[in-house]
Amino acid sequence: MTAADVAQQLDAFVTKTVTPEPREGNAPTRIAETEFGMLNAIGLANPGRASFLRETLPQIARIVERPVWVSVGGFCARDYAETCEQLARDDVAAIELNLSCPNVDEAPESAAEIVAACREVVAKPLYAKLSPHSWDLAQTVRAVESAGADGISLVNTLRGVALDARLRPVLARTAGGYSGPALKPVALAAVHAARTATDLPIVGMGGVRSGRDALELIACGATHVALGTVLFADPDAPLRVRRELADAAMQAGHASPESAFGAAHEPVARLAN
Amino acid sequence: MSRPARERRRVVSVEPVGPYVLVRVERGSLDPGAPGQFFMVEAPGRVLPRPMSLCLAPPGELAFLLDPIGPGTRALAAAEPGDRLHIFGPLGNGFRLDVARPLLVGGGIGVAPLPYLSDVLGQPPAVLGFRTAEHAEAAVLVPNAEVVLDPVLVTDVMPTDRDVLACGPEPMLSAIRALAPSAQLAWEAPMACGYGACYGCVVEIDGELKRLCVEGPVLEQEEELSFSS
Ligand SMILES: Cc1cc2nc3c(=O)[nH]c(=O)nc-3n(C[C@H](O)[C@H](O)[C@H](O)COP(=O)(O)OP(=O)(O)OC[C@H]3O[C@@H](n4cnc5c(N)ncnc54)[C@H](O)[C@@H]3O)c2cc1C
Ligand SMILES: Cc1cc2nc3c(=O)[nH]c(=O)nc-3n(C[C@H](O)[C@H](O)[C@H](O)COP(=O)(O)O)c2cc1C
Ligand code: FES
Repeated sequence: MTAADVAQQLDAFVTKTVTPEPREGNAPTRIAETEFGMLNAIGLANPGRASFLRETLPQIARIVERPVWVSVGGFCARDYAETCEQLARDDVAAIELNLSCPNVDEAPESAAEIVAACREVVAKPLYAKLSPHSWDLAQTVRAVESAGADGISLVNTLRGVALDARLRPVLARTAGGYSGPALKPVALAAVHAARTATDLPIVGMGGVRSGRDALELIACGATHVALGTVLFADPDAPLRVRRELADAAMQAGHASPESAFGAAHEPVARLAN
Repeated sequence: MSRPARERRRVVSVEPVGPYVLVRVERGSLDPGAPGQFFMVEAPGRVLPRPMSLCLAPPGELAFLLDPIGPGTRALAAAEPGDRLHIFGPLGNGFRLDVARPLLVGGGIGVAPLPYLSDVLGQPPAVLGFRTAEHAEAAVLVPNAEVVLDPVLVTDVMPTDRDVLACGPEPMLSAIRALAPSAQLAWEAPMACGYGACYGCVVEIDGELKRLCVEGPVLEQEEELSFSS
């Protein structure tokens, strides 16, 4: 069981976010466990666009043997677009625009402006990864769809703080992204809201640990399910969740996970008969 | 190198050793790996597993010595014989064993990897430092050990003409490195995954940020480590 074995259980692999310049990331301590999740302030540590495209990406493609989605980050719309321009290559299956990292300052442009700038320069499938912090997610989803997004990824982490025994922040950066089991209801709400606004594919994620969790995201409208924190505790999670998913669907009265798609949107009266 | 695997294994026994706790689990088909390598051990009821050095590898078992200092290690200390725990490993790089005149040095819970290391190296001399006499009870696990108690430090009594293999708190490791620049030192950092996926365990090695679970936890003389926090 190595990192490659973990990745090979997946249908697709999403890279860590790549930025134009190399980033060492934040100082340690960068992670903290809490009762119901974990905080991370990795700070988009990555080798930078040039080295990523030259070395990291071919290496990942070789190791994971799966379609690779490249997560793109930046500090202005131009950063994103310039990276996207260079991703028109065979080893890239899709692009996920990380419009929502809680560990770095966000670009001044709106999500839709960034999507539009990238759409102009690349034909690859473009997914917009959005933050769960927005109260009017449906509006953001409509805006990025009009700007040319091919899909939506939801959710990134929520901002959180953990204190040690002496009431000092555990993370060097004080706040970090909160992920894991506690995020599931937030993810369900976000995917549910996004599905009311669009027919685009939605990659649902946030706190998935079991097939039942994945099924709930599908019921809210996710067409794909992604795993994050659970992989740290259980590197076998992709195969296990996939195995549990079919059973979970049966137990919920559905012949298959596909037939549970959107179930959470059906009027209660129809479910009752 | 041995390939890490993850198995759910039965707890055989949970015994106090002074203020520490020795947890023995069935080995199953897990490979014990080299001394200084570690396992990610499920902490019942917690979101993330905890990194633990292998302490002993008796036939059919793996044993971990832990200091119950927080929620994860306390949950493990409360495990009962018959409980099952997910164990994932061996992970990281252990001690290099081709040394001519080994001296094992440990401080506090840093003794954890030394019993297995002592066994593999044929019980070389050891110097162990503890905070109190109660903590020093853990010295029974390491043959041929000289024990010092606070305020005496291991570096006060440690011969410097030997190949040092050490594990302990950060200030102790830094002091050892000053005395014995070629020492092999086992460092710690908070870890979420233990296999290189989360980038949580990053420390500065040779001026570059690197993942301790992949490059370490045992680092060699020429590797210069500093903690930016
Ligand atoms: C490679 C490796 C091997 C280890 N082997 C052993 C072992 O054999 N026996 C053992 O008892 N412990 C070992 N540890 C340390 C152990 O993993 C931590 O003590 C444990 O994760 C703490 O979890 P907790 O929930 O009990 O406490 P937490 O609440 O997480 O921590 C309690 C206190 O310890 C600090 N802390 C937590 N994790 C670490 C860490 N990794 N390094 C330094 N400070 C930390 C926290 O900041 C806090 O102040 C090892 C660590 C590593 C990285
Ligand atoms: C350690 C860590 C690093 C992450 N790095 C990134 C990143 O580089 N880019 C990104 O878009 N999301 C990143 N995320 C967020 C995850 O992709 C995911 O959106 C979030 O963790 C929720 O899912 P989960 O609860 O299954 O972890 C990271 C999460 C964690 C825990
Ligand atoms: S502990 Fe996850 S990368 Fe080292």
